[in-house]
Amino acid sequence: MSSLWSELERVLGEVQKPARYIGCEDGMTVPDHHPDAVAWLLLYPDTYEVGLPNQGLQILYEILNERSDAVAERSYAPWTDLAEVLRREGLPLFSVDTHRPARDFDILAFNLSAELVFTNVLECVDLAGIPVRTADRADDDPLVLVGGHCAYNPEPLADYVDAAVLGDGEEVVGEITEVMAAWKTAGGGPRGDLHRRLAMVAGVYVPSLYEATFADGRLQGVRPRPESTEAIEVVEKRTVADLADWPYPKKQLVPVTEVVHDRLNVEVFRGCTRGCRFCQAGMITRPVRERPAGQVRTMVSEGLKRTGYDEVALTSLSTADFSGIEQVVAETVADDACGQVSVSLPSLRVDAFTVGIAAEIQKARRTGLTFAPEAGSWRMRQVINKLIREEDLYAAVEAAYSQGWRRVKLYFLTGLPTETDEDTLGILHMARRCVEVGRQHIRNPSVTVSVGGFVPKPFTPFQWFGQNTETELRRKVGVLRDELKRDTKGYRGVQLKWHDPRATAIEGLLSRGDRRLGPVVEDVWRSGGVFQEWSEHFNLELWTDALERQGLTLEEMVYRHRTEDEAFAWDHLSAGLHRDFLWQDWRDALEAVGLEDCRWTPCYDCGACTGYGIEHVVASAVPPAGGSQGTGQDLVGGGEVPVLLTSRPDTSRPHRGAPAPVGSA
Amino acid sequence: MRIRIRFHKKGKVRFTSHRDVARIWERAFRRAGIAVAYSQGFSPRQKLSFGLALSTGHESEAEFLDVDVVEDRFCNSEAWADGRSVALGAELVETLSAALPVGIDVVAVAPIEKGDSLQQAVVACTWSMDVDDIDQADAEAWVADVLSRAEIVVERERKGKPVIEDLRPHVHALDVTGITENGVRLSADLGTQPRALRPSELLTAVDPPLVARTVCRMNQWTSQGPDREEPLTAPVIPAPSARLPA
Repeated sequence: MSSLWSELERVLGEVQKPARYIGCEDGMTVPDHHPDAVAWLLLYPDTYEVGLPNQGLQILYEILNERSDAVAERSYAPWTDLAEVLRREGLPLFSVDTHRPARDFDILAFNLSAELVFTNVLECVDLAGIPVRTADRADDDPLVLVGGHCAYNPEPLADYVDAAVLGDGEEVVGEITEVMAAWKTAGGGPRGDLHRRLAMVAGVYVPSLYEATFADGRLQGVRPRPESTEAIEVVEKRTVADLADWPYPKKQLVPVTEVVHDRLNVEVFRGCTRGCRFCQAGMITRPVRERPAGQVRTMVSEGLKRTGYDEVALTSLSTADFSGIEQVVAETVADDACGQVSVSLPSLRVDAFTVGIAAEIQKARRTGLTFAPEAGSWRMRQVINKLIREEDLYAAVEAAYSQGWRRVKLYFLTGLPTETDEDTLGILHMARRCVEVGRQHIRNPSVTVSVGGFVPKPFTPFQWFGQNTETELRRKVGVLRDELKRDTKGYRGVQLKWHDPRATAIEGLLSRGDRRLGPVVEDVWRSGGVFQEWSEHFNLELWTDALERQGLTLEEMVYRHRTEDEAFAWDHLSAGLHRDFLWQDWRDALEAVGLEDCRWTPCYDCGACTGYGIEHVVASAVPPAGGSQGTGQDLVGGGEVPVLLTSRPDTSRPHRGAPAPVGSA
Repeated sequence: MRIRIRFHKKGKVRFTSHRDVARIWERAFRRAGIAVAYSQGFSPRQKLSFGLALSTGHESEAEFLDVDVVEDRFCNSEAWADGRSVALGAELVETLSAALPVGIDVVAVAPIEKGDSLQQAVVACTWSMDVDDIDQADAEAWVADVLSRAEIVVERERKGKPVIEDLRPHVHALDVTGITENGVRLSADLGTQPRALRPSELLTAVDPPLVARTVCRMNQWTSQGPDREEPLTAPVIPAPSARLPA
């Protein structure tokens, strides 16, 4: 067998954190490579610590390894020190499972969860010893695939990937395996023929079969080449109808070194219909598909026993909306077999009900709670359709401080459509009120305000919006900083953090970019611009220089408002959402008109269900308690729900674990 | 009661850090269902105490860990006292090894009295070091040079300030113990008090500086001289070496 381990172990002593490269996780598979099995290398183009916990990658890893016609291993982007050593020693990129050369696999499949990792994709392909451009690849070179949220606009990478896969991967990886297995059995052939076969798999987009046309410096459209009869006009995403059929990961990987989200993760539902207009995840993952509460319980208790973790996160885009949330939390906390387990809800809704659940499950270490009001004024929150009332936030914060939490973190966006300085300053006014609420309960309450620059994303109502310039975002951060300085005493307890506006500009560039950005990404990568997600490596100049060389500008590509009929780089791809639904939602946004959650109200025909003949899978026909956020229905307001849902837990019982903060990063 | 465990750290997993190993053990105790005692207070932690840190990348046949446990079937002072200890110990070794990653193997376990921490008790370690690209004669000359010196003075940085230190008193023994495919195997006993001398410091302290391809801690000692003892006197159970990766 071709393992590079003996070569690697000689050099791993030279690099930082060598445990990133050894694999050895509990739950790892040592696959039996054989000529009939399609060999997948699943790659996360960021560090091991960031990539290992990725649930999508772990789900596909198990599903593929359960098949008799496939094997799967994993790889992560080597940090710059190891990349340098690999090139010096003439060693290729390798899998962490059996340290097999990446080039020995049939398929390299990348998970794209952020735009700034695009240059790392090229880095990994190059380290694997594969030509970075699709056109330069030989017939026997591995296929390079991308999936994940950023694959919904893969156009900046169109000339570098063999195919992009849209939507849920559970079913489509099997279909791709079958195409590849048949191809191998038949003895291979020209790469173009394989591309054409892949294009016939639903959800698979093969960029080389399509042509992007431009006129007057603007994209006219991306259409199948006349000779590409297999290519369809619009490639639709894949959606699994029922999460209950896919109880994965069954054996979550437990790493031997520390990673982010180092805990058991159980996905309780996929999709979200709160309808927050800035949120791409909520738009492209529709409809809501809940996992049955009983299955969640089984996955939690078996997972805890198997892994030895003392913390479980119930993951989704808004876990407090899960129909079974009270039952699952109560049963997990009461289950002695699981020991003293802490449960975390990575996405807290802003209301007291949610804090009540948090109190239920977090018995020690109540340090920080995180909420995401997203905007500083009611008008602004109507625009973005995140209909949190201020009293909901204060009730949540009151509940948190009165229950023993000492720090509250608030997430906001700035640079939103129609935003005025008054809206921006509203962020600090809310934070100040939160500190005042906290003072009634504890001595030195702390409120951290984290402000990110808004990046318009494809398949959202805000896809037409011209992103705020780097200068404008910088000015808005300045407005906030000046306000804090103006009244340091009044804002005591409020800390301000912000995302680098330069990185926001490049995220915006890639988010809605077209094929002209391919050479820009390649140029930045060739200039050493890897790990652009990492502030110590991010370099705006590399990007602006590369843009200039291509005759492109941020003004045209990012900062300009787009017109109703303008062609988008992703018009030939579909997340099910009708363009006229999104346009109407954009008009409603500009008029500050909110939209209720369709889980519990009549359908707006956005297209995500009707287009695919599927529907929401929700156990409860009524909205959860306190769910005022975004529904506008006749609900009990978040502030009016009692914080304590059940009697207080018996605190005299010895703690068996060391619970970590709920919902905090 | 307090239990002392001796374990190996070999193969791929040797690239984990001291801190990683601590986390691996915390999870292993929970997976094995061993009732570890927890500290009191705001954030309760398992009561574990590790000895001298092993540099990331070094192997070891002599890592030690003290753990305070609530008495149960495995960890029962009566059972240990009345002669059932060997069977209990073997069962505990097996249970723990199954909950640990490949390459970390428990080889001995026994109850101990609460007393000095491992870090305080250990005075020296025996190291095995494979050095490539050197022949036996050169290696023996290098060893003789080290041993013949009255002092080996080095300057190193400590808390940002230069410190002059004599390493020679920490070199208790040094020898060429074998020939390997590409070089030689050295064995060294290095002192740990008040500060542990690292194998790499010894190898680079005199010219020509040597680089070890692999370093393995073979023993830790709580006393010196011919009757010196290790921190755990219980018999060592052979590591399930079949579990080690090729």
